[in-house]
Amino acid sequence: MMIAPREAYGKALVELGKENKDVVVLDADVAKASMTILFKEVFPERFFDLGIAESDIIGTGAGFAVAGKIPFVNAYANFLLGNGWDQIRISVCYANKNVKIIGHNIGASSGKDGPTHLPLEDIALTRAFPGMTVIEPVDGIEIKKAVKALAQHVGPAYMRVGRLPIPVVTKEDDEFIIGKANTIRSGSDVTIIACGVMVSKALAAAEALSGEGINAEVINMHTIKPLDKEAILKSVEKTGAVVTAEEHTVIGGLGGAVAEFLACTKPLPMKIVGSQDRFGVCGSYEEIHQVLGLTSEKIIEAAKDVIKAKK
Amino acid sequence: MSQSMEQALQEAKAVAKNMRKNILVMTNRAKGGHPGGCLSATDILAVLYKCYMRVDPKNPRWPGRDYFFLSKGHAVPAHYAVLIETGFLSKDELKDFREIEGRLPAYPSCEITPGIDMSSGSLGQGLSVANGTALAAKLNGTDQRAYVMLGDGELHEGQVWEAMMTAAHFKLNNVCAIVDYNKLQLDGSLDEVKTLGDLRAKWDSFGWHTIEIDGHDYEQIYNAFAEAIAFKDGPTAIIAHTIKGKGVSFMEDEVGWHAAAPSDEQLQIALKELS
Ligand SMILES: Cc1ncc(C[n+]2csc(CCOP(=O)(O)OP(=O)(O)O)c2C)c(N)n1
Repeated sequence: MMIAPREAYGKALVELGKENKDVVVLDADVAKASMTILFKEVFPERFFDLGIAESDIIGTGAGFAVAGKIPFVNAYANFLLGNGWDQIRISVCYANKNVKIIGHNIGASSGKDGPTHLPLEDIALTRAFPGMTVIEPVDGIEIKKAVKALAQHVGPAYMRVGRLPIPVVTKEDDEFIIGKANTIRSGSDVTIIACGVMVSKALAAAEALSGEGINAEVINMHTIKPLDKEAILKSVEKTGAVVTAEEHTVIGGLGGAVAEFLACTKPLPMKIVGSQDRFGVCGSYEEIHQVLGLTSEKIIEAAKDVIKAKK
Repeated sequence: MSQSMEQALQEAKAVAKNMRKNILVMTNRAKGGHPGGCLSATDILAVLYKCYMRVDPKNPRWPGRDYFFLSKGHAVPAHYAVLIETGFLSKDELKDFREIEGRLPAYPSCEITPGIDMSSGSLGQGLSVANGTALAAKLNGTDQRAYVMLGDGELHEGQVWEAMMTAAHFKLNNVCAIVDYNKLQLDGSLDEVKTLGDLRAKWDSFGWHTIEIDGHDYEQIYNAFAEAIAFKDGPTAIIAHTIKGKGVSFMEDEVGWHAAAPSDEQLQIALKELS
């Protein structure tokens, strides 16, 4: 089954709006794309479109938080973080305000819109801020739980939401706790830590590897910050080798977070699968993933490399 | 109207007609793009390139060229279309719009496309860039001009207003900003989403020479650019009242055509209307 994350997100916001009267939703002229339009239809008085003004909506969101509301602030991730950077740094993170920053069309998910519209740096940008929580739900089912969890969590948070449909890999009754990784396949030869759409590719890679007698453990690291260090340690103590995979640059993202932790705590063979310090291209979702090397094949290759390096 | 002007405007009209057709062909083929905001800008671009821009298609990076920046980068099919009409690109390339190969990416790229001087697609950034080239021209003592086209929704971005003050402060009489004032953005009309209020008064009060025109009236467009060149005390803004989707009956003033591709059938109807 495939679900477009943004659709699941839009519906989840409506459910949240029914349960929690303090939730307000802000958008920057992309409500039809972010699907916050669904919230607007049900709760017009709690929906605010501030036009093409990403720095303005971050600051306005911070103001709502000062007044005790729970703002979900939405725009394309690249523009929201690009134009809202200093506002996020000061008015949200330094001020420690309860603002939920939702970055849309992440990774390669706006396809043929091409490089300007393919945010491959947003995890790195948000992860760097003190106090920021960074989440990338793995599929359309997990996103509903993430929206609820974000509303309950107090403090600055960033969530990635994709545009095009991606495979569903979790079930309705699977647990979702911010900061707690989910091991979705156990194995003993190599740990594959992935987030977002790359989890489904990691599972495909693990399946292929098992055909060659290699047992890969797959972890859905839906929370990139705070990183579930315990889960990582527990897994790598067993496997002794790790591969990360993300729809993001290899600089400063999930792989960066895991590498920073392991290099200082328990150095071991590691490879990072992600976009190699480059911009995207205009193409279909799959074409871009091929060009950027965001494939199961790359994960398989990396897994074999780190296993070899163990000896 | 002088005879030479009349002839120039006839040529510009012919260019605009081809541009409109090519914009529709591109977006139809790519099944994507932003036809509405291309068609509102077409007549202005046709007059600008046919009558005013000093550029050389054989030498796109000619150092003495005038600059044009499409700050509302999503309308790049209109820019490609005028670059085809002026010999920077070939008509065979229409099929490459939004494709992985070729020179017509979904948003402007100065690294890929001849005749494009700045990559764009993130709204709000173009006027600052125009100011930079205009300041450089002053430094070099050349008479080069910088034109920049902005969307009206784009004016929500704060950077635009920072850049407006910069241009006025440095008396950049070689900067001409054109606002494609079609009154629609993505989520709806500007008055629904966030109003611009008295737009002319805003530019005026920021120290710009402001001209308000019908952006589909060729004589008015022609005269506005001439007035901008003649005005020596500072930057000029041309607020061009336009119609989003202009020239295709079912697209005109319809916000749904902001980002939507015409089907094969719609393309045929539109091409017929334009012939
Ligand atoms: C910084 C930024 N925010 C959001 C977008 C997404 N976007 C693309 S076009 C558009 C609406 C533009 O409206 P307007 O400037 O009026 O252009 P026009 O109506 O002339 O097409 C939006 C919100 C963007 N490209 N850049």
